[in-house]
Amino acid sequence: MKSFKFICDKAIPLDMINVDTDQIIPKQFLKMVKKEGYGEFLFYNWRYQNDGTLLTDFVLNDKRYSGRRILLTRDNFGSGSSREHAVWALRDFGITVLIAPSFADIFYNNCFKNGILPVQLERQNVEFLFKNSENEDIVVDLDKQKVVCCDHSFSFLINEFHKRMLMQGLDEIGLTLELESAIVEYESKRRNHSSA
Amino acid sequence: MGRTLFDKIWDSHVVFQEKDAANGNPSLIYVDCHLIHEVTSPQAFAGLKQHGRKVRRPDLTFATMDHNVPTTNRSLPVIDGDSSIQMHTLRENCTEFGITLFDMISPQQGIVHVIGPELGLTLPGKTIVCGDSHTSTHGAFGAFALGIGTSDVEHVLATQCLWMYKPKSLSIKFTGTINNRPGISAKDIILSTIRHIGISGGIGSVIEYTGEGISTLSMDQRMTICNMSIEGGARAGLIAPDEVTFDYIRGRPLAPSGEELEKTIEYWKSFLATDSETCHDKSVNMDLSRLVPQVSWGTNPSMVVDVTENIPYPEEFADGNVEQEKSAKRALEYMDLKPGVPITEIDIDRVFIGSCTNARLEDLMDASKLLEGRTVSSRVNAMVVPGSQSVKRAAEVRGIDRIFKDAGFDWRESGCSMCLGMNPDVLAPKQRCASTSNRNFEGRQGVGGRTHLVSPIMAAAAAVEGRFVDVREWF
Ligand code: SF4
Repeated sequence: MKSFKFICDKAIPLDMINVDTDQIIPKQFLKMVKKEGYGEFLFYNWRYQNDGTLLTDFVLNDKRYSGRRILLTRDNFGSGSSREHAVWALRDFGITVLIAPSFADIFYNNCFKNGILPVQLERQNVEFLFKNSENEDIVVDLDKQKVVCCDHSFSFLINEFHKRMLMQGLDEIGLTLELESAIVEYESKRRNHSSA
Repeated sequence: MGRTLFDKIWDSHVVFQEKDAANGNPSLIYVDCHLIHEVTSPQAFAGLKQHGRKVRRPDLTFATMDHNVPTTNRSLPVIDGDSSIQMHTLRENCTEFGITLFDMISPQQGIVHVIGPELGLTLPGKTIVCGDSHTSTHGAFGAFALGIGTSDVEHVLATQCLWMYKPKSLSIKFTGTINNRPGISAKDIILSTIRHIGISGGIGSVIEYTGEGISTLSMDQRMTICNMSIEGGARAGLIAPDEVTFDYIRGRPLAPSGEELEKTIEYWKSFLATDSETCHDKSVNMDLSRLVPQVSWGTNPSMVVDVTENIPYPEEFADGNVEQEKSAKRALEYMDLKPGVPITEIDIDRVFIGSCTNARLEDLMDASKLLEGRTVSSRVNAMVVPGSQSVKRAAEVRGIDRIFKDAGFDWRESGCSMCLGMNPDVLAPKQRCASTSNRNFEGRQGVGGRTHLVSPIMAAAAAVEGRFVDVREWF
């Protein structure tokens, strides 16, 4: 997996709460059996009209924001369906960092498996970024666990394990397979005890 | 110190833990049962193959096709090429890795969360995962059951384990009961609960549902409640197993049987309960004595009113929260609704009785009782999609299919169908649907479609009248 340590870029402001994964990638794009190529379908129903033309009033279609790799958004981003396609679509579109006051659990977890850093910041700090970051660079430093913008610096919390996974681009399955003996031991212990 | 039901299941499934668990290291948790389906598994198998890895426990892995199977005649070829490729891919993967598959034409096929319990795979004390957020359904049996992404599906296939941070425990206690209150069902309990805690109220938590309001429910009703735990943002829902649970399990084909089962039940009884209410990190009380039928009006499952209420004004719904107000305005616009209008004055075009929330036998029986001797409004197109082939057969044996058909409903084959519309069952833009499913997100049932979440009885009544009615008046 690709590693992530640091980024300095401007943000796309998606000023909405509760953005669910059905919006991030609508169901018609879950029919593919591959893991790449979802970028063009990101927020499909919000980006395109029925005839396939672009809807100009949606932020992702706003030329000013094109090419930006940080998505700034609001509470409970990624709620709903467990579809990892939502994260693949963000990744394929070029997003590497998400900043919000909170994320839905399954979505949050899925991010780390795909080299995306979801940064959880205090609500007032997210508000600050919405107000001040329009044309300002935002620095996201995973090692220091800091977001810096307009001379303001905000710390964020992240679990050690998630941090390591992203910083080193770890193969989680390979790591777990090294614990084979613990798994075998657990399985034999369970077999010998009650069936519960 | 006392432990919760969840603590006990968690503790008994820890395979490995770094010493400083409290210091940001996750636990490696063993998975007792892994359910897979055609949509979220292909990339996981591809990943396995790419690394030359095997499925560690094919005997603990079970597959079905549900999300994009057609609900029309199963003997015809599947017309949608992409869907057909996904089904074919699942078939190949199951054969290659030795996984039991309940194929589209299997007599046991159905929605993954309906067939798990039916087959006896869902048992108290187990850990159950599936690449689907409504895996929370299985918590109704006192199992820790959660939805995972495709990378985690691959991880479980390869290792039978998952790295997890332990969620917090939230107890929701229901006083009062809906028993002997015709017109009110488990769906109303969970919709009003989500309305109360909000769609992110359960983030980072496992919800244990307790109290008289829960213990008096059947298993089908308990599953409806746990199913929608994820709509409150929770990792999982849990209900402590009791005699109702054990009765349901007896005689299930893949569950233990005879003396072995009875011994296991004794173990479950002694072990699977929360020691004291004070063990939970947080508690919420809900009073069911004044619960009335619920109808959603917006585009998330917390945007719900009593059937006796009006569509709320955004300010009223938001209660001072600017973001909520904006989101309510957007929802009203998408749903094409005006604040202040009684919810019973809204005309509907479609009715969908189905999904892993409300397509079990009891759901269909409830709805059919109401439909006896009544007919679907000429303005409405109504369909019933049983949750599984077993539900469908059981309903047909009881003549329930006849009641639906005589009333003017379409009687279909089992699958997810218009819960998410990955197969041909979709709403046309602007169509308004009374749906027994679990999500009213924008476009969920079809681009531009408008979903109102209700119980099966409320959906049946809406089909007859062509608008929402307070179904209590019909009893
Ligand atoms: S019925 Fe709906 S919610 Fe349930 S598994 Fe199928 S698509 Fe998901």
